Amino acid sequence: MKVIVPVKRVVDYNVKVRVKPDNTGVDLNNVKMSVNPFCEIGIEEAVRMKEAGAAEEVIAVAVGSGACQEQLRTCLALGADRAILVETEHDAQPLGIAKALQAVQEREQASVVIFGKQSIDGDNCQTGQMFAALTGMSQATFASEIKLDGDKAQVIREVDGGLQTIEITLPAMVTTDLRLNEPRYASLPNIMKAKKKPLDVLSPEELGVDLTPTVEVLSVEAPAERQAGIKVESVEQLVDKLKNEAKVIA
Amino acid sequence: MSILVVAEHDNTENKSQTRVALAAAQVIGGDIDVLVAGSGVDGVASQVAAIPGVTKVLVADNAAYENQLAENMAGLITSIATGYTHILAPHTTSGKSYLPRVAAMLGVAQVSDIISVESPDTFKRPIYAGNAIATVRANDAVKVVSVRGTAYDPVAAEGGSATIEAVAEVVDAGVSTFISEEIAQSERPELTAAGVIISGGRGMQSGDNFTLLEGIADKLGAAIGASRAAVDAGFVPNDMQVGQTGKIVAPELYIAVGISGAIQHLAGMKDSKVIVAINKDEDAPIFQVADYGLVADLFSALPELEGLI
Repeated sequence: MKVIVPVKRVVDYNVKVRVKPDNTGVDLNNVKMSVNPFCEIGIEEAVRMKEAGAAEEVIAVAVGSGACQEQLRTCLALGADRAILVETEHDAQPLGIAKALQAVQEREQASVVIFGKQSIDGDNCQTGQMFAALTGMSQATFASEIKLDGDKAQVIREVDGGLQTIEITLPAMVTTDLRLNEPRYASLPNIMKAKKKPLDVLSPEELGVDLTPTVEVLSVEAPAERQAGIKVESVEQLVDKLKNEAKVIA
Repeated sequence: MSILVVAEHDNTENKSQTRVALAAAQVIGGDIDVLVAGSGVDGVASQVAAIPGVTKVLVADNAAYENQLAENMAGLITSIATGYTHILAPHTTSGKSYLPRVAAMLGVAQVSDIISVESPDTFKRPIYAGNAIATVRANDAVKVVSVRGTAYDPVAAEGGSATIEAVAEVVDAGVSTFISEEIAQSERPELTAAGVIISGGRGMQSGDNFTLLEGIADKLGAAIGASRAAVDAGFVPNDMQVGQTGKIVAPELYIAVGISGAIQHLAGMKDSKVIVAINKDEDAPIFQVADYGLVADLFSALPELEGLI
């Protein structure tokens, strides 16, 4: 069984992003870039499936600029067997990425495709579901547990009301939530080994997909700042303020 | 313009997020139909029909839709999508699951988690966990849009009388099956609908200590939330998480107890009207967004607070 894990190169989650003065986007110059944390959880889950003997091969796939090779090497160091980059200079959007991945899936025929539930830059929460629709796959979003069982998988999903368990038929698309697993760190020997693992670069033209975005970003602004208020000295003063100044409690 | 809004409900009750999406639909303007898909949803259909501004309620009542399985929902929605210029759904875990499938099946992009409608094709939405706000224009013929639950005040629940029409189409993709769910049962209001929220973080030290929040919550009619740190530590279940990857809330009063104020938590609550922070670390970032900060040990402050309100 093959497992594909699509991964995205994003601003590291520790970086406090700044909006560019000309409001065309956020400043990505000299900013640390990483594997999207939810995608990293996907890699970890796939590698664990392989370690458990359920999967034979784990393939990390990225759609983006040549710089994504850095993040794909990270995934190889974390245990993926090989990597594919669909290289484009377009700022690819979810539907385009999903189409490129659909073309990769046609070649690879993976049984399980594990996406992060959202990327921490665009926060769209779309690509996995779009891929599942295009390929006709079943889907389980926001997984906190995946149990493979023959041609089916039982997935516990984190939903608004609590937890939901569903059974999906493979091939299936799953998106990870935070509590699915805790990703490992790449060891130095594995980082060295990763340099020798195969990383294929494909073009959208080879795959026959059009990555032209259809959602136009008109401007990007910093959010309205919230002013810090006051410090109160005691619980008594707090209650007094809430009752008589803010008037939010009776 | 002709808009289809997909209702969020639990087969018994229409949720407030539907009325928030309807508020966004009204800003876009045009005829507004609402799809109620579920099982045994006559009651929900009547509730939705009573919302002013709704032209028609489309009811798809079938076991295939009972648990909002994304494959079936997306198949149903695309089967009735012809003629609509906009398809809107709440940005809930259900909406997030089926709506991108709908967009992909229609071959169009989706605009997620909007916080405002600027024009029928232009929307504002937060990116980078709310650290930037993008204004985007959707250039596809059909706009598929999910609406944040705090984007607008919900439209009125009563006063309308829309027609109710059954949808005969039954889509059962047959590739996924609902097994079970563990839904938190609580007498308290839901986080996303509560006027007052009191949340605990890592500073609570254990799940048992969340009982310290309960007495206060009871007195204020508040919902109880938690930070990601408290959920990750196993103190409380995931459905209590407030933050960018949990629930986005904007109550009248938000009380953060033992929460340091990580960016991703602030992203989920900083639109609250009044924010109170109780933390023993006076340098905690939560104080930078709090209207009223109290530097104190929560284990003495909480019982005192409960006594005074």
